[in-house]
Amino acid sequence: MPEALFHHLPVLQVVLTLVAAPLCALAGSRWAWSIATAASIIAFAITVTLFSSVLDGTVISYHIGGWAPPIGIEYRVDILNAFVLLIVSGIAVLTLIYAQKSVTAEIGSEKHGLFYAAFLLCLTGLMGVAITGDAFNVFVFLEISSLSAYALIATGADRDRRALTAAYNYLIMGTIGATFFVIGLGLLYMLTGTLNMADLAQRLFDHGDNRTLRTGFCFVLIGLTLKLAMFPLHLWLPDAYSRAPSAVTAFLSATATKVMVYVLLRFLFAIFSFSFAFEASVLRVLVLPLAMIGIVVASVVAIFQDDLKRMLAYSSIAQIGYMLLGLALVSQTGVMASIIHLFNHAITKAALFMAAGCFVLQAGTTSIRELRGIGRDMPWTMAAFVVGGLSLIGVPLTVGFISKWYLVEAFIAEGWWPVALLIVASSLLSFAYVWRVVEAAYLRDAPEGVVRKEAPLSMLVPMWTLAGMSIYFGVDSSLTSAAASRAANALIGASNLFWQ
Amino acid sequence: MPEILSPAFVYVAGAFAALIPWRIPRAVILLAIPLVALASFVSLPYANYDLLNIFDLQLGFLRLDALSFVFALVFSLAAFLSLLFAFHLRDRLEQAASLIYAGAAIGAVFAADLLTLFIFWEGTALASVFLIWARRTEGAWYTGLRYLAIQIGSGLLLLAGLILRYHDTGSIAFEHMELDSLGTWLIFLSFGIKCAFPLLHNWLQDTYPAATLTGSVTLSAFTTKLAVYALARGFAGTESLIYIGAVMTIFPVFFAAIENNLRRVLAYSINNQIGFMVVGIGIGTPLALDGTVAHAFAHVIYKGLLFMSVGAVMYRTGTAKASELGGLWKSMPLTMAFCVVGAMSISAFPLFSGFVSKSLILSASADTGHFVVWLTLLVASVGVLEHSGIKIPYSMFFGHDRGLKVKEAPLHMLIAMGLAAALCVGIGIWPQPLYGLLPYPVDFHPYTTDHVVTQLQLLFFAALAFAMLIRYGLYPVELRSINLDFDWFYRRLLSGMMIVVADQVRTAWRGLVRSVDYRLDRLLVAVYRTHGPEGILARTSQTGAMVFWIAVLLGITLALTYL
Repeated sequence: MPEALFHHLPVLQVVLTLVAAPLCALAGSRWAWSIATAASIIAFAITVTLFSSVLDGTVISYHIGGWAPPIGIEYRVDILNAFVLLIVSGIAVLTLIYAQKSVTAEIGSEKHGLFYAAFLLCLTGLMGVAITGDAFNVFVFLEISSLSAYALIATGADRDRRALTAAYNYLIMGTIGATFFVIGLGLLYMLTGTLNMADLAQRLFDHGDNRTLRTGFCFVLIGLTLKLAMFPLHLWLPDAYSRAPSAVTAFLSATATKVMVYVLLRFLFAIFSFSFAFEASVLRVLVLPLAMIGIVVASVVAIFQDDLKRMLAYSSIAQIGYMLLGLALVSQTGVMASIIHLFNHAITKAALFMAAGCFVLQAGTTSIRELRGIGRDMPWTMAAFVVGGLSLIGVPLTVGFISKWYLVEAFIAEGWWPVALLIVASSLLSFAYVWRVVEAAYLRDAPEGVVRKEAPLSMLVPMWTLAGMSIYFGVDSSLTSAAASRAANALIGASNLFWQ
Repeated sequence: MPEILSPAFVYVAGAFAALIPWRIPRAVILLAIPLVALASFVSLPYANYDLLNIFDLQLGFLRLDALSFVFALVFSLAAFLSLLFAFHLRDRLEQAASLIYAGAAIGAVFAADLLTLFIFWEGTALASVFLIWARRTEGAWYTGLRYLAIQIGSGLLLLAGLILRYHDTGSIAFEHMELDSLGTWLIFLSFGIKCAFPLLHNWLQDTYPAATLTGSVTLSAFTTKLAVYALARGFAGTESLIYIGAVMTIFPVFFAAIENNLRRVLAYSINNQIGFMVVGIGIGTPLALDGTVAHAFAHVIYKGLLFMSVGAVMYRTGTAKASELGGLWKSMPLTMAFCVVGAMSISAFPLFSGFVSKSLILSASADTGHFVVWLTLLVASVGVLEHSGIKIPYSMFFGHDRGLKVKEAPLHMLIAMGLAAALCVGIGIWPQPLYGLLPYPVDFHPYTTDHVVTQLQLLFFAALAFAMLIRYGLYPVELRSINLDFDWFYRRLLSGMMIVVADQVRTAWRGLVRSVDYRLDRLLVAVYRTHGPEGILARTSQTGAMVFWIAVLLGITLALTYL
């Protein structure tokens, strides 16, 4: 690869899909899918290149327009956000391959051009949030991804009119979240006069503790936890996920909330340094208990759901609880557990929502009651669902086990074994909701006179790729755990600088 | 060293043979699987095979030593016999489930670390529940769910325990443990549930009689003996086990004596027999551990044989209730003969397998000065004879002739029972090969005069008591006219008291269970009201409600940071 091109990879990562988006809209329904898929594949290739060049610990700093930070906007790729980029762009490629058949069935063909344009914009936004080193730029990309996500969810209206209210509610909530975030940023800017993250961290530290800083912290925290659906700010999520088109749900569930967890990690550990004792106290007094309550409540709600997608949505809220638990512990192992769960849950949940999408396509329903006996009609889809379900429960040899293992380890290392026990016990709840589906699919007879075929290959392949990964990385977790461990070291190390 | 896989994987792969559409070839191939699996490890030298590194843990799937070898051997035999007994089966689900179940049990026995043990531990639970569900009745469905909840719960305790232990010691190796930390206590409790310790035992009587008639043969072999193995491996010499085991031997005797369902009688007697093994583990001397292992070996076979004979009778008559059976010796003479062999083995008649294994445990308890325990075991032995040794064959084959006209059991069942019976007698007459397999060198001779005489005295008096009770119509199941005779008043009062006590305990227990059930129901209703699809926590909320929560949380955080 020419040196000049390589140098510009960080910006190309974002620009490419941004430019491809209007092309999709212009090209219309016929070509939109191909353009979007091609763009996402190139984006994924760029991510892989970036990831492999930062794996050894180097940090790529790219100055937009040649303006040096802190004046200019800086893109900064380190192991942590390269890992997040890998998840986002990788899932995007798989979802797009999967989407072709699913979207044709669920959305009117006149909207396809716009749909894929919105999809690419959402992808652009999420990658932008991850790659940028500028705090205000985070807000801009956040809005790009959110606005396009609202539109994507609303396209579910062709199948379920309630998608419109879901999208509207999400819009209100998302906007409030983003506004809170930007209010917080405004306060920090007021205090320091800079928006570059690294610079912000240094100046906040020099400034020391004060009320403006604390208020800014609160707004940023609430804004972000709203976007990542922390209990009880999760209320927008079940509707949005269950009523969006299947491909959208698969994509958003695996990426949107995960990117927000990343931003939260970045702000907590790299920008607000830990000399500010109030931060640790908020995390332990507020976030930790809410995460625990969220895990239990959302899992129990999931047990009683009849709609498969809604059940998975509630399970997502519970899983986000695990990530929050890890970061609320404020330790290297805790953060590492969060990061590894971020990856593991992304692939697991995407596979599960893809299976739900296959059911929508072939059986026309996501009602668990109506999916009786589906295991015999769609064995491959259901088997992928079972693999994903085992991973949600945390059965050994799946990625879910790896996540829980590290998380439990982290809590025991700090001596918080009641929380560790809760984590293990909560597996029982996940077992209950996964089991209901397995029972209906394999042990009940199909409803009379229903004909259901196996899903097409173009949907099975991406789904099984993800399901296969949930097993592969469950057996050989050296790559993911090394990446997560280095990322956690980098984050905690960054805040350690300020500790002295 | 060439890669050698755990025989568990042979079973799991072999379960796919259940997909073969033709019945006879399928059954034949299934029958071959335990033999193939057995051949894969039977001639290997003792060592650790099949190691796998998962992140920073080392798993071992095949730890072959004397202890695991004996259990794996008897599990293989049991798998073969129960598949042979179930040769007529058309239900593929049940066939696949029993193979995976046997495979998981063998995999668990060979596990060199707690994580592998956990995987197979849950595997036995998940596979075996299908043996209950294979009955496909509403009742079996709920029984299965109860069973599954308890078994999965046991697995989760094991998981929690192993994580704590890993944190304490940095190792997940499955070795001898001391009860000195929360982690080991959790593991102990997990083993205890599967082993059906007193008060943790109810799943056993609940489940085994509810399985299919072939399923209960399979079930009787693995789960509890796996727990015995795990205790022997992990907690040998833990003193509390002696007393737990002693209680286990004695309390089921009363319940078994008044129980009408013969499969449930056998389920109670599993408790009782496991009790002997648990005592052996608790004593923990080489002789005691050898006794435990030998008794487990013999037990798997004769208990399987008894379940098979009850199963065969059930297959022909459709019932296992003592009050509906009787007088079948004419129509099923071979089954009767095999059943009697099983009954004599479980009652430890000299020349039968139970005698040569149980003597080891009894001697060990006497040698180590546990006099009360020794006495308890003796009394329990009388009880065994009472309910399993005499009651089972008596109420099926003798007793009242209910005029049932049935055919002899099918050929494959007879062969399976015949093989098991031959093993029972063979071990009883030539115990040395079995002794040779045991973990510690044995210098023990079961056929000394005092052993034989003590045992025979015991047996004859127990038989006499049974005969008396029957003669005077006082035996609970056979209660008909009551012949008041002062001579026997004392005896009758005693046995009557036994029944009353057992009844009281049972009523109290049921009451407790019912009240817990009721509270649980109330709790579930409350949970459903809040968490169910229409509950406050699951409804689609108004935007106002969502914004409200944002305001609340912002307020709390601000307050927290300003403090």
